[in-house]
Amino acid sequence: MREKILSYMEKNARIDLKDLATVLGEDEASVMNELEAMEAENVIAGYHTMINWDKAGVEKVTGMIEVRVTPQRGMGFDKVANHIYNYPEVSSVYLISGGFDFMVIIEGKSLREVAEFVSNKLSTLDSVLSTKTNFILKKYKEAGTILVDKPHDERMKMSL
Amino acid sequence: MRNPLSNTIVTIKPSGIRKFFDIVSEMDDAISLGVGEPDFDTPWRVRDEAIYSLEQGRTFYTSNAGLKELKEEISLYLNRKYDLNYDPSGEIFVTVGGSEAIDVALRAMLDPGDEVLIPQPSYVSYEPCTILANGTPVIINLKEENEFRLTAKELEEAITDKTKILVLPFPNNPTGAIMEKKDLEAIAEVIIKHDIFVLTDEIYSELSYGKEEHVSIASLPGMKERTIYINGFSKAFAMTGWRLGYACGPKEVIAQMLKIHQFAIMCAPTTSQYAAVEALRSCDDEVAAMKEEYNGRRRYLVKRFKEMGLKCFEPYGAFYIFPSIKEFGMTSEEFATKFLASKKVAVVPGTAFGDSGEGFIRISYAYSLEQLKLALDRMEEFINELREAK
Repeated sequence: MREKILSYMEKNARIDLKDLATVLGEDEASVMNELEAMEAENVIAGYHTMINWDKAGVEKVTGMIEVRVTPQRGMGFDKVANHIYNYPEVSSVYLISGGFDFMVIIEGKSLREVAEFVSNKLSTLDSVLSTKTNFILKKYKEAGTILVDKPHDERMKMSL
Repeated sequence: MRNPLSNTIVTIKPSGIRKFFDIVSEMDDAISLGVGEPDFDTPWRVRDEAIYSLEQGRTFYTSNAGLKELKEEISLYLNRKYDLNYDPSGEIFVTVGGSEAIDVALRAMLDPGDEVLIPQPSYVSYEPCTILANGTPVIINLKEENEFRLTAKELEEAITDKTKILVLPFPNNPTGAIMEKKDLEAIAEVIIKHDIFVLTDEIYSELSYGKEEHVSIASLPGMKERTIYINGFSKAFAMTGWRLGYACGPKEVIAQMLKIHQFAIMCAPTTSQYAAVEALRSCDDEVAAMKEEYNGRRRYLVKRFKEMGLKCFEPYGAFYIFPSIKEFGMTSEEFATKFLASKKVAVVPGTAFGDSGEGFIRISYAYSLEQLKLALDRMEEFINELREAK
């Protein structure tokens, strides 16, 4: 049942418990139990709003920073990652295979704000060997949702 | 001047709800639950394949029966899904939607005076196509108490010595009824006993939500040789506008159907055929996901109607639900017209699908859950008002 709940909730976080249970064909109490358990276990890590900031008219800049590091002795990459992800400016941190180690995504109000964070905070960490900053110019699709245009119903209103 | 028209065509009555449709289409702010096609887009990989075929310049006729690779994919698909065995060369041909297959099958099989049994409520084309093929339509009125399934008894009672074909439209539009294996076995016995044929329209076969998987009557013993099997891409793959379907059956029937197809149509659209190859090869996951989505909406509607106290059998097929509105003492069309006027929600009167649809309305769930919720809230208001006024 967990997988069913999760795949539905992934796209419809706001559905209420009663409707969720109906749609999945399960009873309300067991869906609620599973949801609570998954929240407690951090399987469901949060419920967020996907915002198209470009449309909202709010200036936002997203930087994707490729970071190369020296792993800390005994702790591997985790300790370095911990140091990075605790900054509130950092929205995502991924350990990456390939030519660099971390992909760090930073959101700021301006190019300068992001650049300053990289030069003052990230690059100055002892374990960081190098950084490469990529700025996002346009977001087309995020987390499975196309941001650039909203589909509308072009079907005839009635058909047999 | 002489009358330019054929008497046959003039006597076919136009769909009675044209007027209602016109009102709906002029109401821009109406919420419609009246659509008979999926709300999903055709899977992108299918559209992409169509675009690629155009880039490659594949814009010529295909052979009359359709692309060889498409017929082969259809054969494999029918085998893996429904345990059917059709030879791609001779027993399968590609049509312009399931609609063409219905028309051509009837024209290939009927002589004047032959009777065609048409269970209703059902899709609107069987009756006129029978008339156009010089056959005589004989309606079997399906009953709500049987969950709109066709019973062996009803079939037996309708058969005369002129009966040639039984049309079998399940999963059913508009009722959402299905026929399970035991139901099919019961009628197969009657069909074989009376030596008649079946035209099985299984366009909604992928959308079957019961405990057992969809079963085709063509897979039952002794039935393949007396069945014309019709399916297509519109519903399962969300490809209505591509106009692509297919017919399968005994070689000698398919050969005659192909003759009509060759002269009237030539071949199904080439671009659509290339797209369909991709649909059959790589869209199982997407088809399953769409089905799961429909099924959730179906459960939601069944529950809502139960809560409203509106009589409705649980449908297990297609994307329609067919509640009874008999308690309000008005016709289906009156109900639909008043509902539209007072709450701006459009549903299809059951009578659009035959006289036995009187007292019912068809609600399509090819809409998002949010839209359904909004429309159902309005319906609840509406029926509460009707009940209070009584």
